[in-house]
Amino acid sequence: MSASSIVPVAAMRAAPRGRLLRAFLRNPAFVCGTLLLVVVVCLAIFASWLFPGDPQDMVGSPLLWPFQDMQFPLGTDSLGRDVASGLVHGARVSLLVGVTAAAVGLAIGTLVGAVAGYFGGWIDAVLVRLMELFQTVPPFLLVIVIVAIGTPSAVVIALAIGLSSWPMVARLVRAQFRSLREADFVTSARALGYGAPRIILSEILPNALPPVIVATSAMVANAILTEAGLSFLDMGDPNLVSWGGMIGDGRQFLRTAWFLTALSGTAIALTVLSLNLVGDGLNEVLDPRSGRS
Amino acid sequence: MSALARMARTLRRSLLHAVPMALGVVILDFLLLRLMPGDAADVIAGQSGSATAATMAMLRAEYGLDQPILVQLINYLDHLAHFSLGFSAHYNMGVLPLIMSRLPATLSLMLAALGMALVIGIGFGMIMASFEGRWPDRLLSLLVLLFYATPGFWVGLMAVVLFSVKLGWLPSNGDMTIGAGLTGMGLLVDRARYLVLPSLALSSFFIAIYARLTRASMLEMQRQDFIRTAASKGLHPLVIQLRHVLRNALIPVTTVAGLHFANLLGGAVVVETVYGWPGLGRLALDAVLGRDYNVLLGILLMSSFVVIIANALVDVLQGWLDPRIRRR
Repeated sequence: MSASSIVPVAAMRAAPRGRLLRAFLRNPAFVCGTLLLVVVVCLAIFASWLFPGDPQDMVGSPLLWPFQDMQFPLGTDSLGRDVASGLVHGARVSLLVGVTAAAVGLAIGTLVGAVAGYFGGWIDAVLVRLMELFQTVPPFLLVIVIVAIGTPSAVVIALAIGLSSWPMVARLVRAQFRSLREADFVTSARALGYGAPRIILSEILPNALPPVIVATSAMVANAILTEAGLSFLDMGDPNLVSWGGMIGDGRQFLRTAWFLTALSGTAIALTVLSLNLVGDGLNEVLDPRSGRS
Repeated sequence: MSALARMARTLRRSLLHAVPMALGVVILDFLLLRLMPGDAADVIAGQSGSATAATMAMLRAEYGLDQPILVQLINYLDHLAHFSLGFSAHYNMGVLPLIMSRLPATLSLMLAALGMALVIGIGFGMIMASFEGRWPDRLLSLLVLLFYATPGFWVGLMAVVLFSVKLGWLPSNGDMTIGAGLTGMGLLVDRARYLVLPSLALSSFFIAIYARLTRASMLEMQRQDFIRTAASKGLHPLVIQLRHVLRNALIPVTTVAGLHFANLLGGAVVVETVYGWPGLGRLALDAVLGRDYNVLLGILLMSSFVVIIANALVDVLQGWLDPRIRRR
């Protein structure tokens, strides 16, 4: 995959900030994705201002279709809850869980990958085995088991998704560290007597980051999809409205009121699509070899 | 070395690699499940409605739950060595027979989805690579982007609305018509009809992955020198595309397909719920909700074993696709 290729960091450093920005603005995928993402993030931030009150309150007559009653432009669900309000508040949960899970996965993955790639030898062998071990367990099953061990709260769900997704990052970071540890600037840092932690953190890590940055958007997107699946199975946080949960609720009315399922699914798809477009754009600009040259 | 001997060697090396991995999986899963709140005795007590402290202690002693954790692990390994995965109090049968009764449904769903994802994904990728930058490429790229962003279970639900509710073409629940008493060809067609929607739902995300990957690696291959050589030899463009470009472009696709086998199994949990498919995924979910740890542990183990076997097969396949990959 393109994300696993080694990005020449020099190209990124050499380009003045203005040129890098122009390269991003010329990339239609990146611009579309960013705009879409900004809209979703704004909706999430201003959710309680746009739709004050608890989205789980029953406010109207049940199962109103979109545009039937302009007080509820996107209709109401089987309990008379406002769908538009649920969608906007759900954006908050999805994004928070997605970002937290990605942060957890990135932190663990970067740590393990950096240590394995930098030290090599038996440490590397053991850590690679650990990555392979985690990759044989179906990630979604692992998330279900961890959530069952803890409580179904948003924090535990985010932790669980992070714990199931770190091996991918670890492989990426390990590959970067392996190729960079023999580089001249690392040798000179060693000759200056820098300790391993300092070389790893302040010398190699900044140079190893570009592919990790590209992978981040994919991690957030995957975490959002996983959270949706989990709350669809009724294992989500019961105190919060989430898109997956709305799909699960709407499922019983698939024959008569399929708009419930359609709307919340569209919200997930648009959010994940925006993240993927941003990721593709980042990849093409930061790693020009992978795109259409 | 003949191709067959080479494949046998790859297989042996993969198996040697797989054994410690399987042991590691057992220990990891065992420790995870010991972290679960409550144990089998609690569940049995809960089902029977009431239990005294003495009954609970008796139950724990009967299932070995009062032993230290290391002893429990050794006991479990001992049972495992005798091909026993323990007993499910909930279903009142051995865990291994229980899993084996559900495994074929999940495997057929997974294989159908994997096959569908590979055929459609590689097909899309080939078309996109051949029409790079023109409208078929753009149109399919958009479709693939949408597939990449949509949760599979939602695709499944929407497909139910369209194909089952509105059009009435395909069934939306279960894995066969109950009580139809079909045999032979009729049975096969009946099963296949029930398989279409679930495997479509499970494969949608993977279609997108394989299409993107095939497109990217075919475009990279087309720039290689040996492709120009083949073209200047006067080979037909179709032959070049299929025998030289596609074959080499398939190597990253098989790697990723092997890596995603575990994700496919995880996705099956949700898809099986959507379609009432009587497979391992539903069993796993019921086991979590019913705190039936032996069953859950058995399913985790079984799915890891399936993944390990799948990866060994991918190794062999890659050795055949590219003889240079003999040792890594």
